[in-house]
Amino acid sequence: MTGKMINLTIDETPIQVPEGTRLIHAAEKLGINIPRLCYHPNLSLEGACRVCVVQVKGFNHFLTACSQEVWEGMDVQTNSPEIRQARRDIVELLLDNHPMDCQTCDRDGNCELQKQAYRLGVRERLFAGERKHYPVEDSSQSVVRTPEKCILCGRCVRVCSEVQGVSNLSQQGRGFHTVVGPANLSNMDDSVCIQCGQCVAVCPTAAFLEKDHTERVWEVLAMPRDKKHVVVQIAPAIRATMGEAFGLPMGTPVTGKIVTALRRMGFDVVFDTNFGADLTIVEEANEFLNRMQTGENLPLLTSCSPGWVSFMERFYPEMIPHASTCKSPMQMLSALIKTFYAKKKNLDPKDIYVVGIMPCVAKKFEAARPEHAMEDGTPYTDAVLTTRELAWMIKSYGIDFVNLPDGEFDRPLGISSGAADIFGATGGVMEAALRTAAVKLTGEELGPLVFNEVRGVTGLKEATLRINGMDVNIAVSNGLTNAKHILDAVKEGGKQYHLIELMACPGGCIMGGGQPYPPLDHDPLDPETARLRAKALYDIDDKKQLRRSHENPAIEHLYEEFLGEVNGEKAHHLLHTHYEASMPRGIR
Amino acid sequence: MSHAAANTDNWAEVKAAAEAVLPEHIVAFIEQNAKNAHSESQLIAILHLVQSHFGYLGQEQMHAVAQLAQIPYAKVTGVATFYHYFRLQPRGKHIINVCMGTACYVKGADKLSQRLMDELGIHFGETTKDMMFSLESTRCLGTCGLAPVIMVDDQVYGPVTPAEASIILEKYLKKGKLPKASEAKA
Repeated sequence: MTGKMINLTIDETPIQVPEGTRLIHAAEKLGINIPRLCYHPNLSLEGACRVCVVQVKGFNHFLTACSQEVWEGMDVQTNSPEIRQARRDIVELLLDNHPMDCQTCDRDGNCELQKQAYRLGVRERLFAGERKHYPVEDSSQSVVRTPEKCILCGRCVRVCSEVQGVSNLSQQGRGFHTVVGPANLSNMDDSVCIQCGQCVAVCPTAAFLEKDHTERVWEVLAMPRDKKHVVVQIAPAIRATMGEAFGLPMGTPVTGKIVTALRRMGFDVVFDTNFGADLTIVEEANEFLNRMQTGENLPLLTSCSPGWVSFMERFYPEMIPHASTCKSPMQMLSALIKTFYAKKKNLDPKDIYVVGIMPCVAKKFEAARPEHAMEDGTPYTDAVLTTRELAWMIKSYGIDFVNLPDGEFDRPLGISSGAADIFGATGGVMEAALRTAAVKLTGEELGPLVFNEVRGVTGLKEATLRINGMDVNIAVSNGLTNAKHILDAVKEGGKQYHLIELMACPGGCIMGGGQPYPPLDHDPLDPETARLRAKALYDIDDKKQLRRSHENPAIEHLYEEFLGEVNGEKAHHLLHTHYEASMPRGIR
Repeated sequence: MSHAAANTDNWAEVKAAAEAVLPEHIVAFIEQNAKNAHSESQLIAILHLVQSHFGYLGQEQMHAVAQLAQIPYAKVTGVATFYHYFRLQPRGKHIINVCMGTACYVKGADKLSQRLMDELGIHFGETTKDMMFSLESTRCLGTCGLAPVIMVDDQVYGPVTPAEASIILEKYLKKGKLPKASEAKA
């Protein structure tokens, strides 16, 4: 782009935009939203759906607004009768090859195809031709593939390769028989899928969805209370996003309302994954300081994100020794619930049912990993609901979420510092770790609290911090394509990194695969959405008195009463895990 | 709990396994390619080599190509399933091509193909369970004077009635080798 401005006319209105602007964005500047399905501003152009066609003077065929750049003197019609008819026909043809089951579909009400069909005035289905029929593929612990609902827009294919660097999905076959799926249309379970769920987040229909855990949770909630003690924990990121599902503005913190809603639904105890996050920081900071002393296995790589952990095991197994052995906050807390808390309450761990409310699709997979189970095979976490699933359950229950009073977490596993809240945003785990590490390294009680170097939703951030006379090189990455960049840099040598935070999803957990679908005028993956959600978490942190994980009195108490030493034998047994190279190996 | 000594890299094993699947000349071709920019653009060329060596593209071979050429497996199979030229199933000992050109069609290629499908119990593009025959259709073979025409391997037969088609199949099955064209006409 040269900075040159181009004059054009859209629907008789003159407008000036920078050279290289595409029509779809030029129209947005005039407040015209051209319908779209395959287009996504953060992904490469596909031009597959044709819904964004417009008429340009001098052309006897329609042009796609997503791909067409503006030129001087261009005269564009976005809403002529011919265009309206063409768009309607295109969506009708898509519907013709789509199951007619909107009323019973998981996406009902927030399906982009459904919304476009309504918006474009498709009121009947004129075409009736051959329709594709494929079975649902639900081998994966996290992601369910329903090819019948796929409109072949290719967004999942692009997010999987361009944003996540996984490239597990591709169009297989050709023409009418094209199906999007893993190589050979094998089961997702046998593929290189890392279960991050970004395909679910960007899918305009219900072709990709998380595996349903709502049914099993309804079931235990209906059991007699003396039979099942149902404990729930909520992840840091969901307090910044749950409100969106109920029409609240993006970035509205709703921690207290979630707690109240969960109590009304019948959960016996509401704990906070934040407690697990604080505990993670205490254990991980200790691990980090040890490695800094010995110089072994640096940089230390964080291990909270199960999508990233899977990615490492499939794509970068040689980096396993660098990964923190700390379990994720959810798994740390679940382990404590079925040991420490069970003992305290004199309960049989088998009678406790632990539900995690997560922004994440991969947490379902993490919960099912055999190493996250007790000796007898009982999993520490019994069910994982995504933000979307819980939002649906709250609606299904009939709870007026927006007007709920604020509730408080139960003690002691509900007490947390502000450092835990920010875990949900990219850079948050790093900042939380630095707050504690700075104090431990300098021995001074009041170290810095805010590390602006690691804030912001860009994909890859690097900084060198001077702590106690030492240069500490850190990096923060989100979106696994960025993880590749930083890991390749580590492997090449050159700069010695000390600590790297890695999150699978672009923007961190606030943009996780299980978060609420955005309204129709927002794109999934929108950086502005990420910014607003992150801000909500930083605001919560800012308002808290307690802002360093190791200062959490409940954590201090837990070590005294139950765990013993940080990274001691008991802590190691309950709070740490291990990783293994897994097959098939991914292509970097 | 130091992992310092642990070697968790599995690349050497993955590479060796992939190399064991493909013949040397294909491994060498992929290695040579890797040195060039945009080496992934050679995927189709690699798949051609694999198909000419094995007769088809098996999953094991495609996975080996993905690993050695470092092209995502989903893309490899995506390309392989897109092009009709690539075969994903092994082919039979004998390839029967039924001409579907205009002249042959007018002269009853449809009845002829139906008879072949019934006898063999397969459709176009498929192979019999005993791996003896693959049935395929083709456009004009340039022997319209003999319509309707079938080609078995590189031998042309025509004109062929449905009953004669059965006799031709029988001969291949009995002898397991190519009969002379004159015998088939007898």
